[in-house]
Amino acid sequence: MAEVVLNNIIKAYNKGEVKAVNDVSFSVNKGELFGLIGADGAGKTSIFRILTTLLVPDSGTASVNGFDVVKDYKSIRKNVGYMPGKFSLYQDLTIEENLNFFATVFNTTVAKNYDLVKDIYVQLEPFKNRRAGKLSGGMKQKLALCCALIHRPTVLFLDEPTTGVDVVSRKEFWEMLKGLKQQGITILVSTPYMDEATLCERIALIQNGSIMTIETPDNIIKQFPDKLCAVKADNMSKLQNTLRNNPQIKSCFSFGDFHHITFQNDNEHQQNELLKTLQEANFQDIEIKHITPSIEDCFINLMNYYDERSCNKNRQANQAFW
Amino acid sequence: MTNEVVIKTDKLTKRFGDFIATNEVTFEVYAGEIFGFLGANGAGKTTAMKMLCGLSTPSSGNATIAGFDIYKQTEQIKKHIGYMSQKFSLYEDLTVLENIQFFGGIYGLSDKQLKEKSNELIETLGLKSEAKKLVGSLPLGWKQKLAFSVAVLHEPQIVFLDEPTGGVDPVTRRQFWDLIYQAADKGITIFVTTHYMDEAEYCNRVSIMVDGVIEALDTPANLKQQFSATSMDEVFYELARGAKRSE
Amino acid sequence: MKQFLSFVRKELYHVFRDSKTLLMLFGLPIVLIVLFGFAVTNEIKNAKIIVCDYAKDPASQEIINKLTVNTTFNLEKTLLNHSQIEEAFKKEDIKLAIVFPANFNKDLLHLNKAQVQIIADASDPNTASTLTNYAMAVIMDYQMDLMQNSNLPYRITPEIRMLYNPELKGATNFVPGIMALVLLLVCVLMTAVSIVKEKEMGTMEILLVSPFNPLLVIISKALPFLLLSFVNLVVILTLSVTLLDMPINGSLLLLVAESTLLIICALSLGLLISNNTHSQQTAMLLAMMGMMLPTILFTGFMFPLENMPVALQILANIFPSKWYYIIVKSIMIKGLGFSAIWKETLILLGTTILLLVLSLKTFKKRLE
Repeated sequence: MAEVVLNNIIKAYNKGEVKAVNDVSFSVNKGELFGLIGADGAGKTSIFRILTTLLVPDSGTASVNGFDVVKDYKSIRKNVGYMPGKFSLYQDLTIEENLNFFATVFNTTVAKNYDLVKDIYVQLEPFKNRRAGKLSGGMKQKLALCCALIHRPTVLFLDEPTTGVDVVSRKEFWEMLKGLKQQGITILVSTPYMDEATLCERIALIQNGSIMTIETPDNIIKQFPDKLCAVKADNMSKLQNTLRNNPQIKSCFSFGDFHHITFQNDNEHQQNELLKTLQEANFQDIEIKHITPSIEDCFINLMNYYDERSCNKNRQANQAFW
Repeated sequence: MTNEVVIKTDKLTKRFGDFIATNEVTFEVYAGEIFGFLGANGAGKTTAMKMLCGLSTPSSGNATIAGFDIYKQTEQIKKHIGYMSQKFSLYEDLTVLENIQFFGGIYGLSDKQLKEKSNELIETLGLKSEAKKLVGSLPLGWKQKLAFSVAVLHEPQIVFLDEPTGGVDPVTRRQFWDLIYQAADKGITIFVTTHYMDEAEYCNRVSIMVDGVIEALDTPANLKQQFSATSMDEVFYELARGAKRSE
Repeated sequence: MKQFLSFVRKELYHVFRDSKTLLMLFGLPIVLIVLFGFAVTNEIKNAKIIVCDYAKDPASQEIINKLTVNTTFNLEKTLLNHSQIEEAFKKEDIKLAIVFPANFNKDLLHLNKAQVQIIADASDPNTASTLTNYAMAVIMDYQMDLMQNSNLPYRITPEIRMLYNPELKGATNFVPGIMALVLLLVCVLMTAVSIVKEKEMGTMEILLVSPFNPLLVIISKALPFLLLSFVNLVVILTLSVTLLDMPINGSLLLLVAESTLLIICALSLGLLISNNTHSQQTAMLLAMMGMMLPTILFTGFMFPLENMPVALQILANIFPSKWYYIIVKSIMIKGLGFSAIWKETLILLGTTILLLVLSLKTFKKRLE
């Protein structure tokens, strides 16, 4: 059963000049952990604001729990939980005061739904009298999550909850989300971090206001069109130039200590040929291996594909575009 | 990369009342190096960087940046470095050209140099048709690339980058690092902080700060060996896990 | 040097591309010069006066003519009975009354001296003094005329009575104005800023996406300022009465009720401003320019309204502070009851309802 549905949503700013959301359609099922993956300015926040009834779309329809976002906004506002992009709780109230306040705003008490937030709140409890403004990034995030959950929402919208937070807290946060999923809450999360994508059940990759694909992470990886290889050598900077100038290589992007490449023609010999070419160019410690693409590889591939399709100005700007 | 030391710190410390943000930090950075300065939020990275840029006075310890003393010669330091942060880079209500002209003027470039460099910059970034547009109307990725190019307009000895690729799409991120490589090839030392662990691999050496102290400093390869890890992500997680400042 | 010029050029770009700054830079001085140029003048014009002429003889007629010809005075009516004077001061906006005794001319001819009574509304002591002096000048002028024609030492002695404020204390004039200013300032500015702050911080977003009626959010913000304003009111009244010897001649209850009305009016205005602004800075600017400045200019406690050109006098009518000022003076200084100020109260009530309706209607249930 689809809990959240969007149909052809369009939203533009600056009198139509900037299309923040460009004909977006997708649906999220009940109890699903759904990720909206894309960079800043891709349209994630606008989509969330439309779904939480804070913005009205220029055209298209959307519904949450069967309620229309424009006509039945009051019903939606009673049942969803929302954690906006920047930390927006009361800095000069304590942890406990914030939680109590939001419980009251939602006509409930902390005690009533404590079981839902217990696992998260126990980490905060020793500091419950500390003012929210004085918390570390990770703790603020946990508090914001508790406040969004305290009224037992059916759908939870989390807009970039892990941005600006340290690596350890980010991992903990996703553990908490998995726990929540088991309680049957539908969760929509947006994030710019590609590695978090694999933690979701289904993801939508979004760029420039348009959805590039919606699938399970596994399927997206399976749909990667080419064979992907990782290449390493002693001089990575020089290697990148060499690979980019090689006519057999279709794409080359750096990924940490390896460069990820695809070939123009996928056949058996390519790898060996490349090895020979690199050896002749005096590279040492060469390593070439076939790898499974990551979500980031897929994202880049899709960006290329969409850019070519729309032949837009980005091409011109990205002269070193590879 | 050479052996000439461009940044040298000796027990550099910054205290805010009882709280020691940066605790006796000691390290060296070499000319032409790409040096990754990593650490979790609150670890003391930003405080340390501010001191190195001459924006904040240390509580104790010594440092020289580009050969200038951190206490007595902060104005000289500022003349020889570039700086770019995620929060502020360019003026949104000025055009691309106006921003370049402004910063060029501030860095003391002559009119001729400025003209040459701004043409070069606009050409490289492919912003010819955008040159007269307000920076505020550009997409984030272009802004960041432009901001970096402006930060190195005067070819400083060292450029400090504070999380320059935050929130940017993966393709633009890599283009940004292309620009960093080009700058490093010209001999500019890059001092960069980032949350992306794959970017840590692009650095010549990396330091990881935890609770105000540098817990590790080496090449990515050596660090991975040291911690028996396959990626910098694992190394970082190993070190950051025990941090007390996340409370 | 070149660096310095770079900075200057950049700053100029910033200024000229920010329409709000430009408005302040060029619009404001023009508005101020025009306003102050016309509004502020020490000349008194068209002051309403009444005459009680028991004499009805050539002498009194002559003086009355001289008075009416003078642009300073505007003869409202001629009364037949002394007892009507007090009421005229209370009910109408009379500033000065002149009483000629029955045998004015006869006394002058036979005794070479006569008396005239000048009664002034001294709740605005400056205007009262000025008008009294003008009136005396006119009378002395007549006296000079008489003496020129006959070389006799005519003497007309004015008996001066300052109503409501015999000691000519300045406080009676400005304290009601300050009351209006303080109540308006606290309520409008603080309410507007407090609500906009919530928008700026982002907490408003979360409150909107909840079953809690956002209007209640607003009311909960206005309530503390309502209470604080009462405290302010009590403090100002106490200080005025104890330190400045201000009288409270009328009903205290009525005063508090009318003040409450002004407070609600101000809170509605604050709410209206907050609905349409997105930054605390803009809210503060609007409150200052749109509220404080006109209050100072157009309430009538700094610069009498009668001295301004008609256009500005009409403009002053839209500011609630003007009506509140009249109400407070009537109650505190003139000791009048509701029957005297029902018109002003009605106008204030109407303004309040209008502002409330507007602000509730323009309240944004969404982010745009």
